[in-house]
Amino acid sequence: MATNRKADVVVVGLGWAGSLMAEELTRAGLEVVAIDRGPWMDTSTHTPPAVDPDELRWGIRKELFSPPKDNTLTFRNTTGQTAVPQRDFGIFELGGGVGGAGFHWAGMSWRFDPYDFEIRSQTIERYGYARAEDGELQLQDWGVTYDEMEPFYDRFERIAGISGKAGNLEGEIQPGGNPFEGWRARDYPTPALKTLRSMEVFCEATARMGYHPFTIPVANLSQPYVNPLGVSMGACTYCGFCLGYGCGNYSKSSPQACVFPVLMRRPNFRVITESCVTGLNKAADGRTVTGVTYVDAQGKEHIQDAAIVCLTAFMVDCTRLMLTSGIGRPYDPDTQEGTVGRNFTFQTVSGTDMWIEGEQMNPFIGAGGLGSQIDDFNADNFDHSELDFLHGAGMLTLARDGAPISKAGKLPEGSPRWGTGFKQAYRDSYQTYTTIFNQGSSMPVKRGYLDLDPTYRDKFGQPLLRITYDYSQSDRNMAKYTMDRAVEIAREMGAQHITPFNFADRPFTTAVIASDHVIGGTPMGADPQTSAVNPFLQSWDCHNLFVCSASVFPMNSGYNPTATVGALAIRAAQAIHQDYVRNPGPLVEA
Amino acid sequence: MANFKAFAGGVAALVLIAAAGAGIWAWRTADTWRNAVADDAVALADIGAADPEAVARGEYIMRAADCAACHTREQGDFAGGYEIATPFGTLVSSNITPDRETGIGAMTERDFFDAVRHGQGQKGFLYPAMPYTAYARISDQDMHDLWAYMSTVAPVRNSVDENGGMAFPYSIRLAMLGWNMLFFDGSGFEPAPGNAQLARGQYMVDGPGHCSACHSPRNALGAEIGSAYLQGAVVDGWLAPEITSNRHQGLGDVSAADVAEYLGTATDGKAMASGPMAEAVEHSLQYLTEDDRLAMAAWLKSVPGSDVARPEQVDPASPEMHGAALQYEVSCSACHGTRGEGMGDLVPAFDGNHALLSENPASLVRVMLEGARAGHSGAKPTGAGMPSFAWKYDDAQIAGLLTYIRNAWSNAGMPVDPAQVADMRGALAARDKAASGF
Repeated sequence: MATNRKADVVVVGLGWAGSLMAEELTRAGLEVVAIDRGPWMDTSTHTPPAVDPDELRWGIRKELFSPPKDNTLTFRNTTGQTAVPQRDFGIFELGGGVGGAGFHWAGMSWRFDPYDFEIRSQTIERYGYARAEDGELQLQDWGVTYDEMEPFYDRFERIAGISGKAGNLEGEIQPGGNPFEGWRARDYPTPALKTLRSMEVFCEATARMGYHPFTIPVANLSQPYVNPLGVSMGACTYCGFCLGYGCGNYSKSSPQACVFPVLMRRPNFRVITESCVTGLNKAADGRTVTGVTYVDAQGKEHIQDAAIVCLTAFMVDCTRLMLTSGIGRPYDPDTQEGTVGRNFTFQTVSGTDMWIEGEQMNPFIGAGGLGSQIDDFNADNFDHSELDFLHGAGMLTLARDGAPISKAGKLPEGSPRWGTGFKQAYRDSYQTYTTIFNQGSSMPVKRGYLDLDPTYRDKFGQPLLRITYDYSQSDRNMAKYTMDRAVEIAREMGAQHITPFNFADRPFTTAVIASDHVIGGTPMGADPQTSAVNPFLQSWDCHNLFVCSASVFPMNSGYNPTATVGALAIRAAQAIHQDYVRNPGPLVEA
Repeated sequence: MANFKAFAGGVAALVLIAAAGAGIWAWRTADTWRNAVADDAVALADIGAADPEAVARGEYIMRAADCAACHTREQGDFAGGYEIATPFGTLVSSNITPDRETGIGAMTERDFFDAVRHGQGQKGFLYPAMPYTAYARISDQDMHDLWAYMSTVAPVRNSVDENGGMAFPYSIRLAMLGWNMLFFDGSGFEPAPGNAQLARGQYMVDGPGHCSACHSPRNALGAEIGSAYLQGAVVDGWLAPEITSNRHQGLGDVSAADVAEYLGTATDGKAMASGPMAEAVEHSLQYLTEDDRLAMAAWLKSVPGSDVARPEQVDPASPEMHGAALQYEVSCSACHGTRGEGMGDLVPAFDGNHALLSENPASLVRVMLEGARAGHSGAKPTGAGMPSFAWKYDDAQIAGLLTYIRNAWSNAGMPVDPAQVADMRGALAARDKAASGF
């Protein structure tokens, strides 16, 4: 086994979290080595505009994703069942190269709601103890408040150049924005994208119904932009090839587009590609880590020692590495003791497809995150006193669904599925189809968790991660409630054909991509009894280990997770170079 | 730049045969009397602490002369090992760290002056792949400072056999004496009449900057043609364009501020460096002061240009232009803009971009076939990419598109010949257009 020269920091996984942390830490003068299991990938070389719009290659065959043969896990709904591996692409859309999933994401860039960060205390305050402690749910606060997060959300949005319209500037509600959003110190760095036809129909209908539609903030940039690191980005061309694709136009924010150009110039940064970290190395006293062990493309094992380890991989890998390395106490669903593996959640999705005769949606014009949304039924923006659930869903319509292969199944019920009849139906419905997608929150449950599978192992001989999870009754009720609201909106939009869907009216499965926003496993929090990392993402057990990915979310909101991961990464990295390096030790008293 | 060296090195080797007969009177060009100002007692490896201000000034000269571009490779800073392929064999850049055995640690300052300014190194004559023809103009003070800087470089042990890969008789260093006799002028810098800014610009361009090494055409024996100074030359499939006062294909209609911005950042928001010029900005020009870049721009804009003038615009109503306009809209306009306006510092503009209008479209053809990466700098770090269209368009289509962007909007440029695209496709071994077509 070869041992590399010791670095100040080793970053495990060079996606959004890893690259943002590396940018902060190298700028502060620390020597950073990143290790990524995927190959080097860049927009201009791997997904230039001339090859990017290829739905078969990227959208259907998912060539940018890490394939299941390399990265999968096992799944069951309850502890009484035997988990088996997910053998095809499912809800886990891990990135195949550097940049991680940040290279192929769609680009919705949300801040979580202030309610999310204090979900336990605010639920108790407003609805009483019994609603938070119903025997099934396992609500817990994040240990950080929205107010504390605001500057870091702002920094992420500046680096990524997010396009949007503020709805709440320091408490003043702004017309055209989302009136329910948490306060913002300033507007988005670039204006919102154009409103396309399906969005117009949705906005007009929801406004008539008294709701508050707005354009979703996105990482598909409305105009050329230079970020605070000096990196130039281009304007989105509305080609619509974003989710599953790389952007050759430099208009979809990604680690490649926004961070790598400066990071790769720095002499105190380097990245080791095609090398998979297989273990975090604990020091003899068990209170720190000495670095990581990784296996290179030739199968050779190496040790990278470092004073600080930043675990910035996808949430499943962060949780699995903590478990396989014996850091922190594994969660026990019977006693609810232990923290690693705790609070796995998903999202609870419902909505409706619809077809509006005579419409010309022109769905071939679009962008990954482009759409309109109402938050009238999201978070705690509506009174839950008389309702049988907590939280809610962001209800949105999308303007990105023109891809011809994947859209071929979007036909009204009863349409022929082959032959001349199918072709005619597809011709008729291509322009008239639209959808309302309820991106529902997910409340953690005592019996939803991650641990190591006793049977199945990966190519390195490491046990696969095992998911045990099913939706809470609260989430199921929420999905039904928001689906009914979506159908009402579809009627108001003038749809003749309405086909509602609810992924939570059956057991949860990893095989059906209702959403790909999986979170939890190493939750953050102020209490070491219920959290694996403290509010600065520092391991309670090894103070020089920082974990930054969606694995630290103690619950999931009705929003996409990326901006929150980015903001947490910047916040943790600043805590490292401003405080931790001066006085290594716990940043927070347990 | 490397490609120039391949060319110059190869031709230089060829010239030895002619030069060998020229006799010993060639010694005149080998005269290094100017370098007597340098110390000839202390070896580089023995120099203790150098004056920090001299070291800082010397680092600046090192950047301006771009020493690291050729002398730094995987073996460490300034440790040499960069291979320069020539038709006569391979040259390898030398180790110029202060290592006594394998670097230049045993050299005195006088030895260093002789090597850098006169091409006479510790192993014999240098090959003109090393641009001593330009460095001869570097002032005594700048050379002293550069020497001070070299003393601070960490010694690296890396033995280099610079000309071991050259076939006989090109491996004989003495042959370079003949080339020097014919083409080398070892005299110091003499400014042309003009103000101090122009003189400074000329010094930076002709001395450390060695701009003419690429931008001046060369004769059959590989020497620069003085009468066509900076009027453009093709270097391994890239056009180093005319950078004189010529208003059509030179810098005559570009402001000095824009030229300085381009030199310092790789783009002025309209033209964008790629290929060898991108490397020149990345490794060298971005480190120069604003004053020096402005001075260089002023000098370049004062240099008499070629007589290439704006041609008749190709008729925009012609069927060829109409077809190409549609292809432009499909393949180019998303980034370069429907009006050829480009995208700030990210994507070059076409309308009014004189870099596009050179009589010889070699760089444009190359970029269409091979793609390119824009230069990047500390100030503008992005370095966006241009994809290859070799697989998407045939020779006639690429020629048509280039003719279109050279003649759309306010532009007027010579049409591009499909045969030139075909030749370049062969030379680069670029893909043929994909069989299925699009």
